[in-house]
Amino acid sequence: MHCYRGIKLFLVSAMLGLPAMAFAVAPALGPSPPATQAQIAALQQAVRDAQTAGDNAWVLISAALVLLMTAPGLTLFYGGLVRRKNILGTMMQSFAMMGLITVLWALVGYSLAFGAGNGIIGGFEHAFLRGVSLAPNPNYGGTIPEQTFMIYQLMFAIITPALITGAFAERVKFSSMAVFLSLWSLVVYCPLAHMIWGVGGILNVTGGYWPVFDFAGGTVVHISSGVSALVCALYLGKRAGYPQQDMPPHAMVLSFIGAAMLWVGWFGFNAGSALSAGPLATSAFINTQFAAAAGAIGWVVAEWIQNGKPTALGAISGAVAGLATITQASGFVQPMSALLIGLIAGVVCSFMVFKVKKFFGYDDSLDAFGVHGIGGTMGALLTGLLASGAINAAYGKDAAGHPVATGAIDGNWHQVLNQAVGVGIGWALAIVGTLVLLFLVDKTMGLRVSAADEAAGLDLSQHGEEGYDLNS
Amino acid sequence: MLKIEAVIQPAKLDAVKEALIEAGIEGITILEARGHGRQKGHTEFYRGREYTIDLLPKIKLEIVVGDALKEKAVQAILGAARTGHIGDGKIFISRVDEAIRIRNDERGETAI
Repeated sequence: MHCYRGIKLFLVSAMLGLPAMAFAVAPALGPSPPATQAQIAALQQAVRDAQTAGDNAWVLISAALVLLMTAPGLTLFYGGLVRRKNILGTMMQSFAMMGLITVLWALVGYSLAFGAGNGIIGGFEHAFLRGVSLAPNPNYGGTIPEQTFMIYQLMFAIITPALITGAFAERVKFSSMAVFLSLWSLVVYCPLAHMIWGVGGILNVTGGYWPVFDFAGGTVVHISSGVSALVCALYLGKRAGYPQQDMPPHAMVLSFIGAAMLWVGWFGFNAGSALSAGPLATSAFINTQFAAAAGAIGWVVAEWIQNGKPTALGAISGAVAGLATITQASGFVQPMSALLIGLIAGVVCSFMVFKVKKFFGYDDSLDAFGVHGIGGTMGALLTGLLASGAINAAYGKDAAGHPVATGAIDGNWHQVLNQAVGVGIGWALAIVGTLVLLFLVDKTMGLRVSAADEAAGLDLSQHGEEGYDLNS
Repeated sequence: MLKIEAVIQPAKLDAVKEALIEAGIEGITILEARGHGRQKGHTEFYRGREYTIDLLPKIKLEIVVGDALKEKAVQAILGAARTGHIGDGKIFISRVDEAIRIRNDERGETAI
């Protein structure tokens, strides 16, 4: 995503090499012979290795943090929000992605997302991870082993379908869910990741037709999952008894712990996307914290005014909304912009969940669309408005050394249009891909559990277990 | 012999238990219950949606006493469980025909 780092590294190592040469040729400083080309090369290599060690450490830690977002983060967050009889079924839906998508990613997923291919999708040249080595790939974080990049990207591929499970909670068959989301990963996620982050992709910042700024996956992860979630909620229909019957969360404490873990894991998600441990990671880290905080405040104040009480669920939902919305902008905007983005996210997403969902009457059970779909879409457009070349010179620097304008705040209004094209393609691919796959799986396997199984709960009907055995 | 059943606030259980022991009542059975009288529950908000929770957690306790202890037991419960607010609960008293100690087949008030 940030191939210019490779060039920067070369310059840094060359600069560090020069004093060493000066030291060696100064006659007053002792008998050491002039440095040979071989010694200089060895020194340059040592500098390169040192940077790789630093960058690799941060990206590997970030990969672990992003996995932590799926389980235990998302499993607890979603698990607490459903009714007691569905907690294991809900947790298993996310956990299953950790198994299934990992295997798929190793076989073909990584190749389809990051192989050369064409402008839409990668090819099969990296199938079975052929040619994905421990050496850096200059296209994908030129200072870290490509296998680090591969495993880091896998964690994003895992959490994206897991987010969708919030839309069809409490009523989908486990087998159909596993098949549908596996296919979805290949048909929707991999192409979108390729278009935006893959070399040669039509939305790639470097060389795409419509260069889209998507630092950590606002479009690739949140628009794709959030919009697909809405399609799933509409296609599957409401849960039996919704909305007449009360279905309040059964364990807010679990949701609270899960959301707090999502917040922490998000530092790996956003700051790790710098693919290095330099100042860009710091920038994304700070923006992540600021947007989450402002999002929590925005949501809580909005509902305090509307319903008279600041709720715990509102606070954590607002934080997640702020995080989803800053994702795309995290490595492109100034800290004050991040505060603004978070605040807007909290207020608008709460409005979506409180009013718009009720108005249309769809059953997006855990609000995957209201938070991730809307947050991702707003984040994409706000990135076009607020991206600053001073934070990330994504379009390089001019002759005088000033960064070329990136967002509208810099004077490049065209970027808003690019972002809108990205949003449009993301929405279109998510809607069409999801509809086709849902139709296929529904006609062959059936998507919904039977009415009796739904009444008994997914824990018993799908897994033969209970989350809470209160008699043992 | 009388059976005294009382539905009380869960937070008042410890105070009621102590008051009953002080009044000389040795046996007590506790049930965790849910219910409502005139209190009619409360509302909760989750993501902007209002839920009416009309069955609230309560404690139901049962004691069986000889007729002579009736007023003492009732006063003990009233004194310990009353807050003066709606939702404090109820006491029901009914007659018991027989009490039998399973261990040794003792009958009547000595079995209580």
